[in-house]
Amino acid sequence: MSTANVDNGVNVEHLLGARQALSEAPEAAQFTWKATNEWLNGTHSRSSVDSYHGLGEEHQHRSTFTFEADHPLVFGAEDNAATPVELVLAGLASCLTAGVAAVAQNREIQLRSVKATLEGSMDILGILGGDPDVRNGFNDVKVSYDIDADATPDEIRALVAQSQKRSAVYDIITNPTNVTVEVD
Amino acid sequence: MRTTTVVVGAGHCGLAVSRHLAERSIDHVVLERGEVANSWRTQRWDSLRLLTPNWQSRLPGYDYRSHGGTDPDGFMSMPEVIEFISGYARLVNAPVRTGTSVTSVRRAGAGYIVDTDRGRWECKTVVLATGGFNVAKVPQLGDAPPAGITALSALEYRNPDRLEVGGVLVVGASATGVQIADEVHRSGRPVTLAVGEHVRMPRLYRGRDILWWMERSGLFDERYDEIDDVVRVRKTPSPQLVGTPERSTLDLNALTDQGVGLVGRLAALRGAEALLSGSLPNKCELADLKLGRLLDTFDEWAAESRLNGVGPPERFAPTRVPESPPLRLDLARGDIRTIIWATGFKPEYSWLDVPVVDRKGQVRHDGGVVTESPGMYVIGLNFLRRRKSSFIHGAGDDSRDLVTHLAGHLDSLVAA
Repeated sequence: MSTANVDNGVNVEHLLGARQALSEAPEAAQFTWKATNEWLNGTHSRSSVDSYHGLGEEHQHRSTFTFEADHPLVFGAEDNAATPVELVLAGLASCLTAGVAAVAQNREIQLRSVKATLEGSMDILGILGGDPDVRNGFNDVKVSYDIDADATPDEIRALVAQSQKRSAVYDIITNPTNVTVEVD
Repeated sequence: MRTTTVVVGAGHCGLAVSRHLAERSIDHVVLERGEVANSWRTQRWDSLRLLTPNWQSRLPGYDYRSHGGTDPDGFMSMPEVIEFISGYARLVNAPVRTGTSVTSVRRAGAGYIVDTDRGRWECKTVVLATGGFNVAKVPQLGDAPPAGITALSALEYRNPDRLEVGGVLVVGASATGVQIADEVHRSGRPVTLAVGEHVRMPRLYRGRDILWWMERSGLFDERYDEIDDVVRVRKTPSPQLVGTPERSTLDLNALTDQGVGLVGRLAALRGAEALLSGSLPNKCELADLKLGRLLDTFDEWAAESRLNGVGPPERFAPTRVPESPPLRLDLARGDIRTIIWATGFKPEYSWLDVPVVDRKGQVRHDGGVVTESPGMYVIGLNFLRRRKSSFIHGAGDDSRDLVTHLAGHLDSLVAA
């Protein structure tokens, strides 16, 4: 099988090799992802990501990445950065798009452009405590992909469907997760 | 007692193996804990019919017509399956020891010791033909269902009348899940069906049974060592098919038409709540796309082989996904009284004292040859050697191949 002509910049051999190796050593597949966060002022805060645990050891990112978040002017805040829920949409989009690229590489489909538009609808009476029957989170999330690739429309739909099937953030958003918050 | 080969299990696979062993004059016994075709007698619901058409039911030297069948396009009920397999046991005169439970299989020198509740067998080779569907796989999803809810597996389910009056949550949309959902909903117990990954198939395509297409196009004969990712394929749920006299399709659209409520995969039980995944649209999209690719394969084969006598290509309406299916069900409210787990089955090897079982409870094998333990074979599992391996007619080629290997192994013991 030749992949010489298709290059989406994804190292599929590395991923397939890792899957094979980790199936035989499942304990090494246990990863812990980490972030820290610090309040700046008002609703403005900064998260930092610099290391994670996996393959039995600690790993450092190539640098420390920071992400600020704030609330918008209509909430009476200063709008210094994206809202946390927008970061969730960004996380979902990044995860799905990475998946599209990886699946396309594995299926030998050359991508030319991949663009996603996301909308999460929310009734903010939930977070304002204005209506106990309204949830805080999204009512629904809509993702729309515009993909230019050497493939049929059904093959492109299959890329996006397979990406959802293998996506961590899609799983995190669509399924419940136990969350424990402690105070030191 | 001594013999050359012990076959564990007298279902269609064990009997097909017996027939090939007898052809080669290999001395053997077939040990059966109950009667011939035991799981078909004891572990199936009342209305179940095979999802393969009668003409496809065939075993080495035996088929539906030679068995005296007159309805090739029909689907056997369980009593008919039991009679079909029992007829085969008589035909091949298999040396079956019924009422004999194997309590241990272990290595002894170049061979094996098989202990049963009726004595010990020493042998050179063992064939595990106990099947892949002994135990219901019930996922651990957090809390136990709340009081007042009866939970049972598809192996325990018999008919709707044994269920309490009231709503039923069927978990899983394989052949088992959709068939039980259909039957229970028709009984007047409103069904909610939790749908994860599933395989959509129409009963008929271009006027022929979909399994006719699977067979004739060569797809059923695809080998385990010729396909990508056999591990994933072996875990694929059974297709959404049912065998009925009307040859009707039982996909999610058919269930929606009847009033069955579709919800996402059951993700967790938390207190009195069932939490459901928001992934239903993608699960349906995946299944629709996969069906499209399957039908493309059939159409290409039909065109290449200049097939006559079939209708024109068809495509089926996309699965209708509810606008916003609920993400949680309140199990304490009383409208759901029963949960039925149709979440798959797995084999049971507690009696196998040879370290060849992986952490998922499956025997490690190479196309049925248990290479880590020479002289041991397994048969009747999903995609063991071919796509058809878990179907009744799949036993023919697999048993022939494995007995050929087994005979070679016996020769090597003699030569050594």
